[in-house]
Amino acid sequence: MATLHTRSAARLMIAPSVLLLLAWMIVPLAMTIYFSFLRYNLLMPGMEEFAGFSNYKYFLTDPAFFHAIFNTLAIVLGVLFITVVGGIALALLLDQPMFGQGIVRILVIAPFLIMPTVAALVWKNMFMNPVNGLFAWVAKLFGLQPFDFLANAPLMSVILIVAWQWLPFATLILLTALQSLDEEQKEAAQMDGASAWSRFIYLVLPHLSRAITVVILIQTIFLLSVFAEILVTTNGGPGTQSTNLTFLVYAQALLQFDVGGASAGGIIAVILANIVAFFLMRMIGKTLEA
Amino acid sequence: MARNVSTRRKIVVTVVAWTIGILIFFPILWTFLTSFKTEAEAIASPPSLFFFDWTTENYHEVQSRSNYFLHFMNSVVVSFGSTLIGLIIAIPSAWAMAFSPTKRTKDVLMWMLSTKMMPSVGVLVPMYLLFRNTGLLDTRTGLVIVLTLINLPIIIWMLYTYFKEIPGEILEAARMDGASLSKEIIYVLTPMAIPGIASTLLLNIILAWNEAFWTLNLSAAKAAPLTAFIASYSSPEGLFYAKLSAASTMAIAPILILGWFSQKQLVRGLTFGAVK
Repeated sequence: MATLHTRSAARLMIAPSVLLLLAWMIVPLAMTIYFSFLRYNLLMPGMEEFAGFSNYKYFLTDPAFFHAIFNTLAIVLGVLFITVVGGIALALLLDQPMFGQGIVRILVIAPFLIMPTVAALVWKNMFMNPVNGLFAWVAKLFGLQPFDFLANAPLMSVILIVAWQWLPFATLILLTALQSLDEEQKEAAQMDGASAWSRFIYLVLPHLSRAITVVILIQTIFLLSVFAEILVTTNGGPGTQSTNLTFLVYAQALLQFDVGGASAGGIIAVILANIVAFFLMRMIGKTLEA
Repeated sequence: MARNVSTRRKIVVTVVAWTIGILIFFPILWTFLTSFKTEAEAIASPPSLFFFDWTTENYHEVQSRSNYFLHFMNSVVVSFGSTLIGLIIAIPSAWAMAFSPTKRTKDVLMWMLSTKMMPSVGVLVPMYLLFRNTGLLDTRTGLVIVLTLINLPIIIWMLYTYFKEIPGEILEAARMDGASLSKEIIYVLTPMAIPGIASTLLLNIILAWNEAFWTLNLSAAKAAPLTAFIASYSSPEGLFYAKLSAASTMAIAPILILGWFSQKQLVRGLTFGAVK
């Protein structure tokens, strides 16, 4: 059916998107690679010189880099754990017959729609603040000493805030997948005398496996780049206790004006993300064939 | 059998689910309530949930002190602008890939998606310098350009999965009835494509409205959308809970409402059609 004419028309229609994305992908990335080999500081314009791999060497041997890698992984894994386990539990709960299901759903998905800076500031000031926060008030109610979350457990606090934002995403996707489970299969399993637990392990969990994979992979892509939540709550601190790779590169570039070093860090972040993306692309590619 | 769930069980599930739902929603509710308190009441101990002197003073204050409306309009312009431009570029592409696919269509789609995997921080430095040198730093135009580019792959993917569901037979039937290409597009395809386009529009406005990496790094005072404006409350001087709450409530309300209307599309769009 596709004639030569429609085919060239199709190409013309696709061209703008392809060219734009191609430019978006190649131009800045090529510049980052180029900068990463330069000694280039914005405070010393005109002093740029070729630096070989020294930026990479500097970045990779900086103790802050190892903190950042550790914190990046802690945020990704911590948030994934909370959201996937919590998401499965919530999805199972919301799948049950109840009164006002639609309203509960609306309440549960709300945090995902909140902009990151608002979410982070509301938690930081109104809940986690050791003097005026609601948590401090609750602690005092029980005669406990208020806990200064952001000073004493900065990484955990960031993980909590980010998990609150992503729990709805996991829940919503797992619930959607759960609702596509064949009702008759569940009934058949029940008739055969399968306990609720074995129905969950042998029927529900395998059915959810694809949705769980999708949740993990998509969240990982976003969680590797958590930024605003750190910027407005802890600013990466105290020290580098809550600095992730994204924040470290940002600080290197826009606070220390070290273009070369920041670029090397950026390239390292790209490489790490690509390793994750490799698996995600394969997974989504399979769905496309199905 | 599974249908006659006992009423008692249903009531227990209802209580548990509502409790958890309200707990998850509580920070948003609390923000909303605090926005109507005075600064003194906002930090009062014990805090009061509903019984305080409701005042709308914070909303006026936020506007008069910081020109809130400017930042609100920045958000509107940037999110709608980037989404509309994205749609104009993406509709023909998604259309062509859905209706006259070639052997390479799948590869092109996968490649487009792969551009989304690049962490923003990998290109922060060159984008900042490019924007600084071209005068795009802290302009609405600059933000529209970046947000269009970062959301373009999602727009194309969402449209593609929707267009793919329009049955090809309908086109053939229209052709058999002697419809010309232009009539085919206006009377047959457009009405079937509009729901998909609308969902894509909605989801992308949400994503663009909440985007908080590029908006924070590439804007300052003039073009700062609400994401960046609210971030200015992170300074210690900005510890005004009631005003922070009022600014936050206005920033999140429109998107909350949009999001609640598009729950289903949210799942589909965010998983690139992998979960429907």
